[in-house]
Amino acid sequence: MSDVHARTVAYVRESEIPPAPPPEAVGGVVKWLRDNLFSNWFNAILTLASLYAVYWVLAQSLPWILNGVWNAGSLAECREILGGTSGACWAVLSERWNQLLFGFTYPSELYWRPSLAFLLLLVCAAPVLFPALPRRMLILTALYPFVAYFLIWGGSIWTPVLTAVGFMVGYAVYSRLVTQSFAMGFLAGTVAALVFWSLQGYLVPPLSTVAPIALEAVPSRDMGGFMLNIILGTVCISLSLPIGIALALGRQSSMPIIKWISVIFIEFIRGVPLITLLFVANVVLAYFLPPQSNLDLILRVVIMITMFASAYIAEVVRGGLAALPRGQYEAADSLGLDYAQAMRLIILPQALKISIPGIVNVAVGLFKDTTLVSVISMFDLVGMIRGPILASTDWNGVYWELFGFAALLFFVVCYGISQYSQWLERQLQTDRR
Amino acid sequence: MSEAPQMPEASAPKKTMTVSDEVAIEIEAMNKWFGAFHVLRDINLTVYRGERIVICGPSGSGKSTLIRCINALEEHQAGRIEVDGTVLSSDIKNIDTIRSEVGMVFQHFNLFPHLTILENCTLAPIWVRKTPKREAEETAMHFLTKVKIPEQAHKYPGQLSGGQQQRVAIARSLCMRPRIMLFDEPTSALDPEMIKEVLDTMVELAGEGMTMLVVTHEMGFARQVANRVIFMDQGQIVEQNEPEAFFNDPRNERTRLFLSQILGH
Repeated sequence: MSDVHARTVAYVRESEIPPAPPPEAVGGVVKWLRDNLFSNWFNAILTLASLYAVYWVLAQSLPWILNGVWNAGSLAECREILGGTSGACWAVLSERWNQLLFGFTYPSELYWRPSLAFLLLLVCAAPVLFPALPRRMLILTALYPFVAYFLIWGGSIWTPVLTAVGFMVGYAVYSRLVTQSFAMGFLAGTVAALVFWSLQGYLVPPLSTVAPIALEAVPSRDMGGFMLNIILGTVCISLSLPIGIALALGRQSSMPIIKWISVIFIEFIRGVPLITLLFVANVVLAYFLPPQSNLDLILRVVIMITMFASAYIAEVVRGGLAALPRGQYEAADSLGLDYAQAMRLIILPQALKISIPGIVNVAVGLFKDTTLVSVISMFDLVGMIRGPILASTDWNGVYWELFGFAALLFFVVCYGISQYSQWLERQLQTDRR
Repeated sequence: MSEAPQMPEASAPKKTMTVSDEVAIEIEAMNKWFGAFHVLRDINLTVYRGERIVICGPSGSGKSTLIRCINALEEHQAGRIEVDGTVLSSDIKNIDTIRSEVGMVFQHFNLFPHLTILENCTLAPIWVRKTPKREAEETAMHFLTKVKIPEQAHKYPGQLSGGQQQRVAIARSLCMRPRIMLFDEPTSALDPEMIKEVLDTMVELAGEGMTMLVVTHEMGFARQVANRVIFMDQGQIVEQNEPEAFFNDPRNERTRLFLSQILGH
């Protein structure tokens, strides 16, 4: 018995099996349909029901969309042209196009300025978004905020120029002192910049008389339409990301005061509805600020939205920091990297990569939340639709077309952000390449 | 209290050719607690330059914590640690100086997954030592060649096997030109096939006179390379001796039990 057993079990390979290609997938449309849509009778019924639902929605909406009227002066005229048949009144979009994009008080002969600023935004954001572009292009990104401010708000060129100089002064002081200690350099740099900016008000008028380079000034209350949403969205997202990272690091800090300031800020701001903060920006802030200080309404709203978003981003980044194994911190420490180096070179690149989906979530949410400014009587895209356009006698009642258009604009931007973030995640994937 | 006597000075390990009289690490009456738990109790240890010390002991005996105290990854609460003439204090500048002189290899490699192998090796020299990039890369390639994986320089850690990753970790530490190397169970997370390639690298390093403190269960490595073997249990140094004497004639009961358990099969 054992003899037989041994003979059947013992085995020695004498020839190698060469690697073979995998079997051809038995493909074709029919097989795909059968596998995915009609694998059993229940799935077949579901497939047919879904197809019917899709057909029904399209059958209702497509004729309405395609039969739309693009040229008319009012809703009544639209209905006349349609003559009782079903159709959309797209004419409101073509007639109020500029109002939807720029608001109703921005001077129409100056529309080229915000349009140019928008085009430049696409160019200047590129080096930040695409790491493959030459790093020298980041200079464009750094200059962009000042150029964009000058284009959109106009006024003397010396205001944005001196503001930029203020940043440079702050940076010069910082880089002089940072070799001694980061905190000292940072504080001294901030103080230097603030001192410079407080003197700026006295420097602009004489400079403007010497070199009167200026564009026609447009006050903040004239900003409106989708332009206002884009201004608020871009500014608040780009400000809240660094502030959020700083808060997340602050919350992890071993220094109790910094830690508690971060915790209280985050928990307080997260516990308050954004709309409350906007009302504060609109009304209450005016009581607290000294009467002569005339803080711009857009600036107040930017401060509030940025605070709100940075608290959320801080928590997202904290999640990323917590997901890193302790060994990464220890390896960075054991090589002698100091705190700032370890964070910048080792910890944050990895933590932010983990946090990308969450950060994008906050960014998309923030961009859509910019429409909330319509409740404090700012005329952003939604504010324009709800206010001047729907209230006019010409277009009273054109809800579907207008809100559908607003939804489409926001969808395009948000879907773009989402697709970009997925592309970025694939780019940064180094562990499975 | 332990019934194990501390090694009397007379029977201190005989120094071989490569060991000098210069003291590399001096630990005096060092104590450490995790909360209320007394994890290291009255540790006294002098390491001479060029010495290779293997620390072994059952898990939870404090051997990893001991070597992590030497580069301040763990803080000690009492006693004195002097590394390369610098006394460890809580001053962060002082700690960073010691860390840049002391290399450390971890059980789980702890390579930086978002950087290539070459970037892993050049990062600290460039940022801590301010070495020019070109020079740092040459040094890195030198040490990667030494650990026999120069061809992997442009891959990411996730694409390498465990043994290769650990060799990169050794090369990364060597790029800082440390005077002392600490190894915290460098082969415990590896497959048996890969243990040898890492141990070979460490043997080669020992042959060049590097001061090494190695926490490991590889007793073959200890016999071959160590000048001194230290056995720890319950936060105390229970026995230390030259490898031959340590393995053939363990004095303490707990050492005998430990050796019989790890060598008995």
